[in-house]
Amino acid sequence: MSYSKWNLFRKGWIDTLPLVVAAAPFGVLYGALAIDNGLSLWSVMGMSLLVYAGASQFIAVTLLASATALPIICLTVFIVNLRHMLYAATLMPHVRDISLPRRTLMAFWLTDETFAVVSQRLQSEVQKGELVWYYLGSALFMYSNWALCTFVGVTLGKQLPNMTSWGLDVAMVVALISIVVPALKKFPQWACAVVAVVCSILMRDWPNQSGLMISSLLAVVTGMVLEKGMKK
Amino acid sequence: MNHWTLIIGMMLVTFLPRYLPLLLAGKMVFPEWLERAFNYVPIAVLSAIIAQTTLIHDGAVQLNVQNPYLIAALVAFVVALKCRQQLVVICCGLLAFGLMRWWL
Repeated sequence: MSYSKWNLFRKGWIDTLPLVVAAAPFGVLYGALAIDNGLSLWSVMGMSLLVYAGASQFIAVTLLASATALPIICLTVFIVNLRHMLYAATLMPHVRDISLPRRTLMAFWLTDETFAVVSQRLQSEVQKGELVWYYLGSALFMYSNWALCTFVGVTLGKQLPNMTSWGLDVAMVVALISIVVPALKKFPQWACAVVAVVCSILMRDWPNQSGLMISSLLAVVTGMVLEKGMKK
Repeated sequence: MNHWTLIIGMMLVTFLPRYLPLLLAGKMVFPEWLERAFNYVPIAVLSAIIAQTTLIHDGAVQLNVQNPYLIAALVAFVVALKCRQQLVVICCGLLAFGLMRWWL
């Protein structure tokens, strides 16, 4: 079965809709927090449009408020974003036939959400050349939603100053759960998830969220080892 | 002006980790076992993010029923086991969170 480019693009954004809904409060929250912490409208929007990395933007704005030096903020953001390297490495075998300009765009738009949707898609039968349009459909929807919600947050933040304490980030948590649970099919996958949960809690005090990275790696190794053990 | 220096710096450190593996794809071939390991990346990273956001508040582990994030996550988890509709899972989780907030 083969689809047209437009159909793939549309399928990409339809599959991303639940995550877009869940990311919306997160974007609004960022906009409100950033303007609250003294950034101008243009730098708040500039960060969403040029950096485009939710968690990193929150961290940067929070560190900026506590007068942290720029190199330290950049280093922290770098470490927090190392997980994207893991995502991109996972995509490597699937992008060999995609042109470099398109790959560059895919890289710029790589987020937790788009990776979650695309990796789900890769579990099913994906034909050569199908991935790029599906990916771009998902990513462009996330990107425009993020920009729009940032703007809404900037506007609303001025009127509702206590919005940052509402717990809007819970939407992202339940959305990620709706992605992860269907992927838990066999014992190695369950074990991988449990190790990730336990280790990330034990390593919570590690600097710059390096615990997130290490616990993820341990969880991947656990899954691999168990999968190998079960085959024998 | 200071903020723009920061934005350019952040742009570099976010883009490079995203880009380098995709740039090198095709020039590098991974052994088969490593490609299989990548199947576990989404489960591992997303589970870790979920755990930290749900359980850690103000730097301490909040493993109790007064934590609305935990209740919302548990409800979403149970619903997700029974139902594959993402929007249903998200709505049930948010509803649980809202009820908890209201109650307490």
